[in-house]
Amino acid sequence: MEINDLTDRSGEWLRGSGPESDIVISSRIRLARNLAEFPFIRKCTDADRLSIEQSVHKSFDRLCDIAESFYVDVSQLETVDRQFLVERQLISREHAESDGARAVAIDTGESFSVMINEEDHLRMQVMKSGLDLESAWDQINQIDDAIESTSTYAFHERLGYLTACPTNVGTGMRVSVMLHLPALVLTRQIEKVFRSLQKISLAVRGLYGEGSQAMGDFYQISNQITLGRNEEDLIKQVSDVVPALIEYERHARNYLVRESSKDLHDRVSRAFGILCTAQTISSEETMHLLSSVRMGVNMGLIADIEIPTINKLFIHTQPAHLQKLRGVELDTVDRNIERAMYLRRLLQPNADDEESEKN
Amino acid sequence: MKCQRCEKPATFHITEVVDSGVVELHLCEDHAREYLAQNEEPEPASSPTLQGVLAQQLKVQSTAEDLARLDQQACPVCGITFYEFRSAGRLGCPHDYVCFEEEVLPLIVNIHGETEHTGKRPKRGAGSSQQQTDLIRLRREMKDAVEAEDYERASQIRDDIKSIEEGA
Repeated sequence: MEINDLTDRSGEWLRGSGPESDIVISSRIRLARNLAEFPFIRKCTDADRLSIEQSVHKSFDRLCDIAESFYVDVSQLETVDRQFLVERQLISREHAESDGARAVAIDTGESFSVMINEEDHLRMQVMKSGLDLESAWDQINQIDDAIESTSTYAFHERLGYLTACPTNVGTGMRVSVMLHLPALVLTRQIEKVFRSLQKISLAVRGLYGEGSQAMGDFYQISNQITLGRNEEDLIKQVSDVVPALIEYERHARNYLVRESSKDLHDRVSRAFGILCTAQTISSEETMHLLSSVRMGVNMGLIADIEIPTINKLFIHTQPAHLQKLRGVELDTVDRNIERAMYLRRLLQPNADDEESEKN
Repeated sequence: MKCQRCEKPATFHITEVVDSGVVELHLCEDHAREYLAQNEEPEPASSPTLQGVLAQQLKVQSTAEDLARLDQQACPVCGITFYEFRSAGRLGCPHDYVCFEEEVLPLIVNIHGETEHTGKRPKRGAGSSQQQTDLIRLRREMKDAVEAEDYERASQIRDDIKSIEEGA
């Protein structure tokens, strides 16, 4: 198995199933760990980074006992492949863009990935479709044990797992759920929701984590505190707010139906119309329109499209994915044309005979 | 449909929810952008950066002279200076939590409100942390010795590293 085998498929977290999956896209838990006998990444020499990579690579067989996996040397990848893994949420932007020895182990179902030499020596994550933090924790706990069986982690009796940044010390754990909140955005209540989350020390980020904008009305809610509470408490802290957020979003959707149902239906239909017929379209506009369509499908305003298809389109219309699917490098102008073609093909499979000849 | 503010076609259809009900706006791209920009609420104060929290804390805790002295302090294991840590927001090695404890602990309290880990612990325990700290220091010293072309010292250090690795 290698990266190219991933291209056509979509990962576990895009399945669009699981509890509350019309609003909760995915649940994710990541752990940060460092090997005790090496400095943190900032002070690593090239030789240190290589030794860390080789040392963690030794535990790869044990990861495969948990689920069939493959190992990718990220430092040897082309830019487009690194970008592809970022779009797929299997590595971080920081990991893609840094230098020196680094790697990632990924299971073939794309539910977990273990990054080596990111901000910490190890950043492991498990992603599940829908709201399913408990099974994410079960699996990441096993992965952590598997790697620990061949490594000694930097651990402090009082402070817990030691990390390069003191914001992650203790459990090294970040619990997040990704939510699709288009109606809260439309009714302009989203800011209010965020402010109240910040008050209870939960962080809100966009689709691609820190610093990324909330593209397509996707928001990640996660814990900010990592020390002084155990893993179960941290999971509970995040999962406790999710029902309320789902409730607010549903409430806002009902409000839109009640107060402006024609406008809502119009908005959703126009978004769908543009996506089905555009000849050139940017990634930003695509995300924006897909968000309306996704809400429309979930509210029964558009028939004949499955949520997994929409979920897949969010990812497959991004720059590196388009280029991988097409098999050639494309500049922005050509990508916008390719994106429009891809959307027409997936959303209106029969209406585009002329295009299908080209493919 | 034309833009409500000029002759161009309206490509943006905005539904505003106000107290009295719903207001519809049909605007061209330029006017939509202008409208949305003036309506945008200020971004929520994003969570303060580590550097910001630390700078605030040091301002309260120490005078300029103290800080200048503190900035010079370096970890004997990885060599990171306090100045480098506070500018980058990243520590250099596990030992920094010990050697910069006076500054890092209050920072941890600021961020987490706690200083006691209560979660999972490694099954094999923390290992002998002194030995691992020695390894980090020795590898750095060896690199320095090689760079200084002091091969005699480098080979001495290499033997020390080996004996720790084999003993472990």
